[in-house]
Amino acid sequence: MTIDLARVDAIVARKGEGPEMAIPVLQMIQDEFRYVPIEAIEHIAKTTQMTEAQLYGVATFFAQFRLTPVGERIIKVCHGTACHVGGAVGLTEAIEERLGVKTGENTPDMKYTLTSVACVGCCSLAPVVMIDSTTYGRLDRKKSVKVIDDLES
Amino acid sequence: MQTQTNNKRTVVVGMSTCNIAAGAQEVYDLCRKTVEEKKLGVEVRITGCLGMCYAEPQVQIVEADGTRSLYCDVTAQRMGKIIDEHVVGGVPRAQWIAKYDEGETKDLMGKQRRIVLANCGVIDPEKIEDYLAVDGYKALRSVLEEKNPDKVIDALVKSGLRGRGGAGFPTGMKWKFARAEKGPKKYMICNADEGDPGAFMDRTTLESDPHAVLEGMAIGGFATGADEAYIYCRAEYPMAIARLYKAIAQAEERGFLGRNIMGLGFDFVIHIKEGAGAFVCGEETALMASIEGRRGMPRIRPPFPAQSGLFGKPTTINNVETWANVPWIIRNGWEAFAAMGTEKSKGSKVFALAGKIKRGGLVEVPMGITLGEIIHEVGGGTGTNRKVKAVQMGGPSGGCVPAELFHTKIDYDEVTRTGAIMGSGGMVVMDDTTCMVDIARYFLDFTQLESCGKCTFCRVGTKRMLEILTRICAGKGEESDIALLEDLAKQIKTTSLCGLGQTAPNPVLTTLRYFRHEYEEHIRDHKCRAGRCRSLCTFTITDACTGCLICARNCPVSCITGEKKTMHVINQKACIRCGVCRDFCKFDAVVVG
Ligand SMILES: Cc1cc2nc3c(=O)[nH]c(=O)nc-3n(C[C@H](O)[C@H](O)[C@H](O)COP(=O)(O)O)c2cc1C
Ligand code: FES
Repeated sequence: MTIDLARVDAIVARKGEGPEMAIPVLQMIQDEFRYVPIEAIEHIAKTTQMTEAQLYGVATFFAQFRLTPVGERIIKVCHGTACHVGGAVGLTEAIEERLGVKTGENTPDMKYTLTSVACVGCCSLAPVVMIDSTTYGRLDRKKSVKVIDDLES
Repeated sequence: MQTQTNNKRTVVVGMSTCNIAAGAQEVYDLCRKTVEEKKLGVEVRITGCLGMCYAEPQVQIVEADGTRSLYCDVTAQRMGKIIDEHVVGGVPRAQWIAKYDEGETKDLMGKQRRIVLANCGVIDPEKIEDYLAVDGYKALRSVLEEKNPDKVIDALVKSGLRGRGGAGFPTGMKWKFARAEKGPKKYMICNADEGDPGAFMDRTTLESDPHAVLEGMAIGGFATGADEAYIYCRAEYPMAIARLYKAIAQAEERGFLGRNIMGLGFDFVIHIKEGAGAFVCGEETALMASIEGRRGMPRIRPPFPAQSGLFGKPTTINNVETWANVPWIIRNGWEAFAAMGTEKSKGSKVFALAGKIKRGGLVEVPMGITLGEIIHEVGGGTGTNRKVKAVQMGGPSGGCVPAELFHTKIDYDEVTRTGAIMGSGGMVVMDDTTCMVDIARYFLDFTQLESCGKCTFCRVGTKRMLEILTRICAGKGEESDIALLEDLAKQIKTTSLCGLGQTAPNPVLTTLRYFRHEYEEHIRDHKCRAGRCRSLCTFTITDACTGCLICARNCPVSCITGEKKTMHVINQKACIRCGVCRDFCKFDAVVVG
């Protein structure tokens, strides 16, 4: 896949070229493309003080960065301690069954990406699922499936 | 249509991440819409989280004289009624209002002593005027006017404040070291990475009272001689980040941050850095590496950050809750702070109650009260007829304290003696449906994933421990496994560079210390008494069953049969042992066999 490198240049121009900007630049790249295309890393390395090794190193170290495209909506099932105790494993099973994919995968129609997260800070409402930037609390198997059904309608 | 334009009541809707997850957005939208459509002339405001997450969404109706009625468990439908009856009609709906002087709310609030949480759920975090109205930025002003950094540090030392991020290092001492270093460039960092799954006090503080943290940082900057600061906040907290940006902009506009603060000659700028999802970046040297744009790997200390920190400059790093205590100490005097607590642990501590607890949320209690008081009295126990079995404190670095030790006092050293740690204050309460071997496995899964990989024993050792725990949970454990776990634990602890590895075995060691019989049962009897390890349990329905059909309706594989009012039966062949039937049964009729 080829990407529009002018968008990459615009981000670098906004954030800065110094090596300390690696994470903010990658974060903005991900906001823009919804993942970090390898072409973007190669391009930034050519045009700034950041190296390919630094950028790739950072992108693979931090859980936030994705190097492959994602679905329109990202569903994150919380697997923090409180959610684990509250039944996150069951929720995951129910959602996996509903979407027909495993955690870490995209649905074939690229509508959803199912992932996990270690605590979104809503532990008192465990178990919790975060869809894009909205948090849904006090779920169980049935309710979590209903949240997705509601998104569809 | 009503046209009442000078209604003096104010509607305050709790709008924190937790409130919104419980449904507050709908309540808020309805409120605005109704007030506009009916031209009620009522002010609708927002606030953060009061800590009573179990009763969210919450709405407060404030009368002209300032008295507040706190409505709990508000839905959009209830909100409509509250507006009609209370806001317009002037008649409160007593049964939906929490009463501070009786019952549940009294138990919850009675033992609390709020410093960090004082403004949370009271003021509007997006309006600096609200913070100023509760003496905000007065502490900073007094410090800048006195122009005596040593006096500030002295007050901090005497207050006895210890770092709330986990290790409990005396804050005043840390500042003293940074002050002693040569400038001119020094940095200040606020650690808002809050990696401990199960802790959310930093999120709530930033969402509900961001200015208190900014003011604390500016005071620290003045005391140590720093003029630039970073707040490192995890990306999973979008609302905290948004409110911080707003707060910083407002403070700069009013001259409380930026150049020549309040005209008193002190410069202090604060930047925000978003974390990118790595638990180890909560560790201070890893955090600084990641601000510098590198992989977040810890390095050996010394040099300590106070000597050579961010970009090689002297740096002071403290946790969100630590910073939020600072303005209070300056305003009220170190004596008032030191008067609270035990000999070596002063002041109050915020705890995040979650798991099998009736009143989940945030509480702030004076140091020195017991674990039992927090869990049973403040938190209300499990709220079911199950018993509390243990509480997990300190997350992946901490351990499980059994109910028999609930007389333990909240004090850094006393908690450490149990094998757990105070940590950041996450408390996940567990009852007899929680398997302690599974919990140990869960934490090792976490640390093994989050290990940065620098130290061999942390990288490979945690993986080996996870493998052993996984096989025990699958019923394939061997008699020698417990000794093997203990041996690995010792080696990982002694050969890891940073706190992640040094403490990673703690969840295993504490569960082995207090719940060894559960490990032995898994290995020898192939039994999981909690009914969590699916290869090691079966569920059966006893004659306590009333035939209410709830379990049958909720069974994900429809393997429960039975007529209404007759005893139900689980088809063991089809059962996947998920335990949903037990969770739903109101009559304790589903038992683990
Ligand atoms: C693996 C690891 C994770 C940590 N995570 C956090 C964290 O999320 N938040 C925090 O404030 N401190 C965390 N710390 C502690 C910091 O290294 C540091 O001690 C702390 O920010 C100092 O602030 P304080 O003295 O105010 O507690 C962590 C330490 C380790 C070893
Ligand atoms: S454990 Fe799931 S939100 Fe904290």
